[in-house]
Amino acid sequence: MNILAGIGRAILGLLADIGRLTAFTGRTLAACVSPPIYGRLIAIQILRIGYFSLPVVGLTAFFTGGALALQIYLGGNRYGAEAIVPQIVVLGITRELGPVIAGLMVAGRVAAAIAAEIGTMKVTEQIDALTTLATNPIKYLVVPRLIAAIVSMPILVGIADSIGVFGGYVVSTQSLGFTGSIYLKNTVDFATRQDINSGLIKAAVFGFIIALMGCYNGFNSKGGAQGVGAATTAAVVSSSILILAANYLLTSILFHT
Amino acid sequence: MTAKIELIGVKKRFGSKVVLDGVNLVIEKQSSTVIIGGSGTGKSVTIKCILGILTPDEGTILIDGVDVTRLRGAARDPVMRKFGMLFQGAALFDSLPVWENVAFGLIQGRGMARAAAKKIAIEKLAKVGLGEDVAYLSPSELSGGMQKRVGLARAIAADPEIIFFDEPTTGLDPIMADIINDLIVSTVRDVGATALSITHDMVSSRKISDRIAMLYQGKIIWDGPTAQIDQSGNEYVDQFIHGRAEGPIKMAVKA
Repeated sequence: MNILAGIGRAILGLLADIGRLTAFTGRTLAACVSPPIYGRLIAIQILRIGYFSLPVVGLTAFFTGGALALQIYLGGNRYGAEAIVPQIVVLGITRELGPVIAGLMVAGRVAAAIAAEIGTMKVTEQIDALTTLATNPIKYLVVPRLIAAIVSMPILVGIADSIGVFGGYVVSTQSLGFTGSIYLKNTVDFATRQDINSGLIKAAVFGFIIALMGCYNGFNSKGGAQGVGAATTAAVVSSSILILAANYLLTSILFHT
Repeated sequence: MTAKIELIGVKKRFGSKVVLDGVNLVIEKQSSTVIIGGSGTGKSVTIKCILGILTPDEGTILIDGVDVTRLRGAARDPVMRKFGMLFQGAALFDSLPVWENVAFGLIQGRGMARAAAKKIAIEKLAKVGLGEDVAYLSPSELSGGMQKRVGLARAIAADPEIIFFDEPTTGLDPIMADIINDLIVSTVRDVGATALSITHDMVSSRKISDRIAMLYQGKIIWDGPTAQIDQSGNEYVDQFIHGRAEGPIKMAVKA
């Protein structure tokens, strides 16, 4: 009987969480389309979320592109298809690895930072203070982060795609014996506009997920330092899982599989 | 005459825990009322219900005779512009310098130009005894007493009609507590505001109020002029104001 009660409580808790998240998302989207929109805060958040994530996203993309080139070369070698490295690297990076790796890295860096900052504001009553100063906390704290993440992520992924392909190029030309000009020609000839656009669409959705989960968990943090720590962990874990789930869903939709 | 704030049968529970169980309270215009009561008796919840941060489960809250109990969004903005609040921990925004904290409600809440708001912020800081040099510091560079002063300057920056004080002297040494009490009395008088404070500091209560109400088990069990609290005839009030362990009030160990 206790086991059934435990399962029931867990299901009710999950449903309550989904309900709270849905209500929070609804309030946030409503706030996005009503004034005031804080342009200065959006610009600051683009700097924090986008610009300051460039080093970590760039480095990750470079090494991922390089490792991908090595694996494709080794795998292709079994069937005498080593020459396909540039085509598969550009396909893998633009469609999947660019947006997913960038999304996960930004989730780790930004969702955690957002949850920690807003969570601390919650437990120190700074969010209540915003309300008493006739300022809507959703508009002031959530909307700028959400818009900044949606704008920044496609730019980050565009750069990550370029650096990832470059990583594959460096490994292929320096270690695998490819000619630089032919590698680049094969890359450019093979990549289609849809390959690149699909990655950028995914990036915008991942940006939405990262900012939303960071803000939601921050707003719902309880207690003191421990509560903020738990909110930070929950933000990273939930945004990472949702990114991977959304990636599968978007791949199914965008490529009609 | 219409009361500035009126609470009628306000109830609020969190899960199975009843915090407010029918609070009735009338606060006259330009009066200074203090709600006293032990920790966890619902003092903060009462203020948060008036501010609209929490919504009561039952009951009515009137501000200037207007029912604001369930006002939300843009409809609530004119009501919020009547309020100023000093939080227990000051609740200063640590991402902003002191002057922007003080000017925040003017810039974000009222759309005032930054330069004009900064001038007012520096004037208000001077009112609470802080020089212009403090205006450019970060809140983390200030002592607890200075943070309270900045919080007070922020609370009065927009010349609000109603100012709330949440445990204004908690965590301060007796001298700084007395300074903050004096500042509360003088600033409320200067602004011509109605003040509602919550505290369990009886020295502070006597100094800053002209009326005291005691909250116990979710209800106001006594309400009267500050001068009469020693003759309340209420054994709960007597135990609380004299800080006696023995008496009808049994402190709960768990929240």
